[in-house]
Amino acid sequence: MSAASAATAPVMESDRSWYIITALVENKPGVLFRVTNLFRARNFNIESITVGSTEQQDLSRMTITTNSDERTLDQLVKQLRKLIDVVEVKVLDTERTVYRELALIKMKAVDPTTRSEIINYASIFRANILDIGKETITVEITGTPDKIDAFKNLVQHYGIAQLARTGVLALPRGSGT
Amino acid sequence: MVEMTGAKALIHALEKEGVDVVFGLPGGANLPIYDALVDANLRHILVRHEQSAAHMADGYARIKRKAGVCFATSGPGATNLITGIATAYADSSPIVAVTGQVPLAMIGKDAFQETDIIGVANPCTKYSFQPRSAGEIPEVIKKSFYIAESGRPGPVLVDIPKDVQQATAEMKFPDLIKVRGYSPVIDADLSEIGKAADILLKAERPIIMAGGGVILSGAFSELQALAELLMIPVVTTFKGKGAFPENHQLAMGPIGMHGHAEANKIVIEADCIVAIGARFSDRSVGKFDEFGKGMSVIHMDVDPAEIGKNKSVDAAVVGDVKSSLRSLVKMLSKRITKRDPDNPWLKRRKELITYYAETLKDYPREITAKKSLKKLREILPAQAIVTTEVGQCQMWASLHFDVISPGTFFSSTGLGTMGFGFPASIGAKAARPDVPVVDIAGDGSFNMTENSLAVSVLDNLPVIVFLMNNYMLGMVAQWQRTFYDRRYSGVEQHNCPDYVKIAEAYGAQGIRVQSMQELEKGIKIALKSDVATIIDIPIDPNEDVYPFVAPGTGLKDMITGA
Repeated sequence: MSAASAATAPVMESDRSWYIITALVENKPGVLFRVTNLFRARNFNIESITVGSTEQQDLSRMTITTNSDERTLDQLVKQLRKLIDVVEVKVLDTERTVYRELALIKMKAVDPTTRSEIINYASIFRANILDIGKETITVEITGTPDKIDAFKNLVQHYGIAQLARTGVLALPRGSGT
Repeated sequence: MVEMTGAKALIHALEKEGVDVVFGLPGGANLPIYDALVDANLRHILVRHEQSAAHMADGYARIKRKAGVCFATSGPGATNLITGIATAYADSSPIVAVTGQVPLAMIGKDAFQETDIIGVANPCTKYSFQPRSAGEIPEVIKKSFYIAESGRPGPVLVDIPKDVQQATAEMKFPDLIKVRGYSPVIDADLSEIGKAADILLKAERPIIMAGGGVILSGAFSELQALAELLMIPVVTTFKGKGAFPENHQLAMGPIGMHGHAEANKIVIEADCIVAIGARFSDRSVGKFDEFGKGMSVIHMDVDPAEIGKNKSVDAAVVGDVKSSLRSLVKMLSKRITKRDPDNPWLKRRKELITYYAETLKDYPREITAKKSLKKLREILPAQAIVTTEVGQCQMWASLHFDVISPGTFFSSTGLGTMGFGFPASIGAKAARPDVPVVDIAGDGSFNMTENSLAVSVLDNLPVIVFLMNNYMLGMVAQWQRTFYDRRYSGVEQHNCPDYVKIAEAYGAQGIRVQSMQELEKGIKIALKSDVATIIDIPIDPNEDVYPFVAPGTGLKDMITGA
């Protein structure tokens, strides 16, 4: 299992939209390499890609988010489908999809006022405090990428020592597949 | 179930696939495979460089229309294959390349002659396998041929660690396999074919652009049926050259950077284009945005990812083009009887051909590329196989050598690999020993793989190297004359080497000609020869290829002469 994420927020531009693509792929060595190499070779811009196990032992699920125009998206999906290790590709309708990202944020927090402010914000955002050291607080936050961005922007001025994001995970709502 | 080594299983699996010849070169990491070859029912052709092994397998594949096979050892043997594999990938040619690899336990240790060939080859293979146990080999080989040959064909790499070749296992050779994530479309959606028929029937100035896909699927008679039913002029891409007989009353020849002038012209005057097994490459259509403006576009292709990649379309017929064309012709014949051959659009076709035949000036010299190639065509039988090197020779072949029998011409059109033609012609000869095979060559390109002369001579695969020799990297020189103020840089070959002596050194035949008469005689001698023949034809280094559509411009900006 591995995950990677670019820490940029979904940017809306006139002809571009934010898409979530989900792919079922063979669970075997080299598949992630084939997929990411395709993106590099064809110049596709990926915002985040995650891969992990599924309900089926021999399949992994990749979740990819991208800001693309429709034509690029169409090519991205077709080129993904062309890969022999990719069994199924879908573009999810974000309105009918549940999607979440998880982030760990370590902030500098020495003085008591800062500490209590961070703890307060964390509770408003339903984030968990994972670790408190002499000089830092580490928070775990789950939500849509927007929510994580909002929290990050809020605490930025305290000084973010380290930040890690998982990238988006998504499933269709209800009985959708 | 039968017990044997991985290497023996590989050879047996290849025999089961009907492979009769493999091209390769042994080394440390594929010794077990070469040992198993001793007892095999396979013809092994020893190459002098692995790049040539891949090109030979490619040439064999393009003529047999089934996968060609090549062998190489690990490390440099495998990396030497890469140019050939990339060439096959760019032209959708099916090859199965089998490389040796260092033993499993050594992988990742930077061992002697270790290279991550799966990683290196990834962008230029359709798929690759690295069996981790001997027992996997029969299924891996079965899958390799299925993937290489079906759908849009392409190269498959099988990288076998040495200890996996040596290990013994109970082998089961499957007759049927399934690859879960791979199901090539064969029969196209009938509603899209219907849409294509509607568009075609409305069109006043339709044109067919036939690409390499027509040759790959062998849809020659189907293409001819469509063209003749609606009386549509046919241009081809360069890869599609010879998909349609070039002496046919509707043929216009290849379009593109060095396409026929009348073909480039008629394409921009059309109101509807049917692209069949073509991918709208920059070399064929010039500027993407400009091409096809105001035209309805029908795109028929086996690869769904080609639809909309370079050009938006009005009807997308995804499936094997042979089957799609058959359905389209059937549908159209119910709605139309034969069209009038005297309609204004076909008159325009004739007008353009006559105009350019009268306007385009010949290069003033006793021997020119054009005259040589016309002479070659005159003498060669229609069923002879012709391939080319890359550069001016290739573009002259496109312009001045008419393919009469469909599917008898091929070239490295996508990757443009210098050194392709000669080994590929040897591969083609191995596939069809009964017909003459000619490599239309230039000196620069021939230099790159000329050591294959040894293979041609020793393995009794006599081909003709039709060497248009200007002792120049001619195409680069032409661009330097055109775009760099005639400042030559790195293009002159200074009368080196002597090609007649090169031929003789390998036990082949070399003929130097000085006049058109000698050329005619030379071609006739070569056709009767039982060894490879180089015909060394002096070409003026200043002879350019025209017409020319400069890169980044549109077909309408075609330059027809100096």
